[in-house]
Amino acid sequence: MRRRHAINRAVEVSCWTAALLAVAVLAIVLVSIALKGAGEINLDFLTQNTSSFGVGGIGNALVGTGILIGLAALMAIPVGILIAIYTSEFAGRRSGFVIRYVLDILNGVPTIITGIFVFALLVVGHQQSGWAGAVGLAIVMLPLVARSCHEVLALVPGHVKEAGLALGASRWRTTLSVTVPTALSGMITGALLAVARAVGETAPLLLVTSIYPDLLVTDPSQPLPNVTVTIFRYSETPDPVKHAQAWGAAFILILFVLALSIVARSLSARMRRRLGAAR
Amino acid sequence: MDYEPSDVTVVDRKDEITSRIPRPAEAPAPASPPQQSSETPASGLERMHATRHIRLEDLHAYYGSNHAVKGVNLSFEPGKVTAIIGPSGCGKSTMVRCVNRMHEEIPGARSQGRVLLDDVDLRGPGVDVVAVRRFVGMVFQKANPFPTMSIFDNVAAGLRFTGTPRDEITDRVNAALEAAGLWDEVEGRLSEPGMSLSGGQQQRLCIARALAVEPAVLLMDEPCSALDPVATLKIEELIGQLKQRVTIAVVTHNMQQAGRVADTTAFMLSGELVEVGPTEKMFTNPDDERTEQYVTGKFG
Amino acid sequence: MTTDAATAPSSLLSGQGRGLVDRFGDRALYLITLLAAILSGVILGGITYEVFKLAGSAISKFGLGFLTTSNWDPVHEQFGAAQFIYGTAVSSFGALLIATPLSIAIALFLTELAPRRSRTPIAVLVELLAGVPSVILGLWGILVLGPFLNDTVEPALHAALGWIPLFGGTYSPVGLFPAMVILTIMTVPIVSSLTREVFATVPPSAKEGALALGGTRWDMMTTTVLPYSRPGIIAAVMLGLWRAVGEAIAVTQVIGGAPGIHANIFIPAQTMASQIAAQYQGASPLNQSALGYLAVVLLILSLVFNGVARLLVRGVQRRAKVS
Repeated sequence: MRRRHAINRAVEVSCWTAALLAVAVLAIVLVSIALKGAGEINLDFLTQNTSSFGVGGIGNALVGTGILIGLAALMAIPVGILIAIYTSEFAGRRSGFVIRYVLDILNGVPTIITGIFVFALLVVGHQQSGWAGAVGLAIVMLPLVARSCHEVLALVPGHVKEAGLALGASRWRTTLSVTVPTALSGMITGALLAVARAVGETAPLLLVTSIYPDLLVTDPSQPLPNVTVTIFRYSETPDPVKHAQAWGAAFILILFVLALSIVARSLSARMRRRLGAAR
Repeated sequence: MDYEPSDVTVVDRKDEITSRIPRPAEAPAPASPPQQSSETPASGLERMHATRHIRLEDLHAYYGSNHAVKGVNLSFEPGKVTAIIGPSGCGKSTMVRCVNRMHEEIPGARSQGRVLLDDVDLRGPGVDVVAVRRFVGMVFQKANPFPTMSIFDNVAAGLRFTGTPRDEITDRVNAALEAAGLWDEVEGRLSEPGMSLSGGQQQRLCIARALAVEPAVLLMDEPCSALDPVATLKIEELIGQLKQRVTIAVVTHNMQQAGRVADTTAFMLSGELVEVGPTEKMFTNPDDERTEQYVTGKFG
Repeated sequence: MTTDAATAPSSLLSGQGRGLVDRFGDRALYLITLLAAILSGVILGGITYEVFKLAGSAISKFGLGFLTTSNWDPVHEQFGAAQFIYGTAVSSFGALLIATPLSIAIALFLTELAPRRSRTPIAVLVELLAGVPSVILGLWGILVLGPFLNDTVEPALHAALGWIPLFGGTYSPVGLFPAMVILTIMTVPIVSSLTREVFATVPPSAKEGALALGGTRWDMMTTTVLPYSRPGIIAAVMLGLWRAVGEAIAVTQVIGGAPGIHANIFIPAQTMASQIAAQYQGASPLNQSALGYLAVVLLILSLVFNGVARLLVRGVQRRAKVS
């Protein structure tokens, strides 16, 4: 009996330790980024272009990442929402299952392989380009947007949709003016989380938009400088100045990602409260 | 003189439905004399008059292989409230859902037979399901206001679906809230969310929403089953007031409610219509033994 | 009256106009959404097709022998994947060997032990860890973790367990071991959050039954929670393996990028994914094709791990609904 209690105690302690360890690792990662990165942030760092030989900044990479993410979001979010409307409103039992499974599998494709695909599709025979990078990020985002939007659309209670239909609204009107607005904040959550995921993505960009000049490039038909490839490059150099800049860029990136996921979480909590009331 | 949709000939009505003109009140009214009025435009709702007649002929409904409604013949008369009673699972909700064709929204569900609005078969070829639902409004068991919309927008929703001109919407929303007995309670806070109302108010909001499009027929599927007695009483009074304006059918599992609100009562059992007659007769002296057993609480 | 008489014709017309739009709208929305849904299948098919097409010449030249030879020589165009398969296997299985017990412990903590109010915040923090971009974890791995492991952990492990060849006497800030640790950090949030969801489906009555019999909480965990959750835990581990196998960037940063199969996990190596990331740019056509062959293997592994995990999760969800 005493032995069993001792084991019980030991297990409880190790569970506590494991949880603390996980939180501690997050804290250590975040604190090292903040300690090493925050000091780098100044106007020059944010506005000057990357420089292979001098100090420079990451201005052009920030702009490039902004363009890449914007284009990818413009491609993936509308298409993802349409897929979600199909799977939640139109698809039969079997076709809905198949499409959601395809999305899960697509989400399971390693992003480096997505990079190979986009390389074969858009870079071979042409050159690296921002468009190719955006397509790569869009493919990463698409299943995330579609799946999360499906989940929230499916949460909209059937009796709310029925109310629209019984009022003489056709199915598409009901979908667009009743179902989608009801689920909207949840759908925004899904889109934001997909953006947060894509903005930190490196592997596809490494293959399709990584050979760029230390200049501001805004034309997506050219390879676009971007933050993640810059961090990747700098982390592999032996130069402490570049290391420091990599920390600075990582600090900005992680602030952006954290801010997005916090906004997304609070939106989704709001949506759940409201739908909870409608049940 | 009141504008009367019944002035319209039968042929005109059929054209209305098939060409998807949404509201009876919009039908061309050759018989009504032009009338000059400088007063605030009154909503058609106040002048609505229950004239339409619903007749089910040999109606069957199925969920997959489950035969839920088995050959019902029944009329809903204008100016009278028809109650449909019966134990749960007897097919009474399914039956009324065939009238506005909501039944067919359920995967695997189908129906056959005729549902006549006056003498147009609502299930016939060339009849558009959306137009049907603009003629036949519905109130559900559970109040289901649109969760993202304000009180005003909830009532206006149907009007917006039917493309009602913007400048008419406010008047008609107010009139519908008035008709649903909700105006005094929500005046001045129309922009608050519909979900902020109490359960009974939400249900009256749903009634207002259905009335705003000025339907000819109103189906109520156990409208009080989720409400407390006070809220129930309000809705029952409302049904009494509305029956002159719109043809009403109420599904209820509550016999006392049928006794209080209905002029005609129909009793269903296992998908079949057992008996239909004046409410008083149904509760005091029914013809069928099964009706008697049910209304006296001997089974079900 | 007047309003109706006045507006009837116009609203009648607009009603008919809307009729057309409405009828068109239903079809149009259906078709557009269907096309979007099909597009997702087309992308998945396109990825598979392109990767196999790329790998074609390497597959026909090296056959299955590619998987068992470890010679990677772009100059003489001889390619074999064994060393990268070894690197992927050791780093992924090693990571899951650490991550699985850790994740189960975290999940148990969050479902059974933690004070109620702290459960959600801790769960959110652990999930935020999953949101840290891999390139940042890699940066941290190469500049902070690697030197720390090199100076402290690796000598300590060698001193304690040096008789096992895995913990050899050569230390390095980059290599399989840092890759394992980074992959552990990446997989713990995934494995623990899924495990936690699975634990939450254990019927409370079963847990109470074990406690009512006079069992300790540990007895309750071993007699009800863990056996009931076994398929879910397997799914979580599969999902963790999927994540570990496919990670290219952070692993490239910390693994050192040296070919070769060594028992010692402290020295540099290479995985399939990191080899693709490191070499794809500027590789000769046959070299690219060989990398494509690696991608084929990687794709199959990911799809198997991911697909099996999803199916298991579906089974768990169905059971949770039934009970």
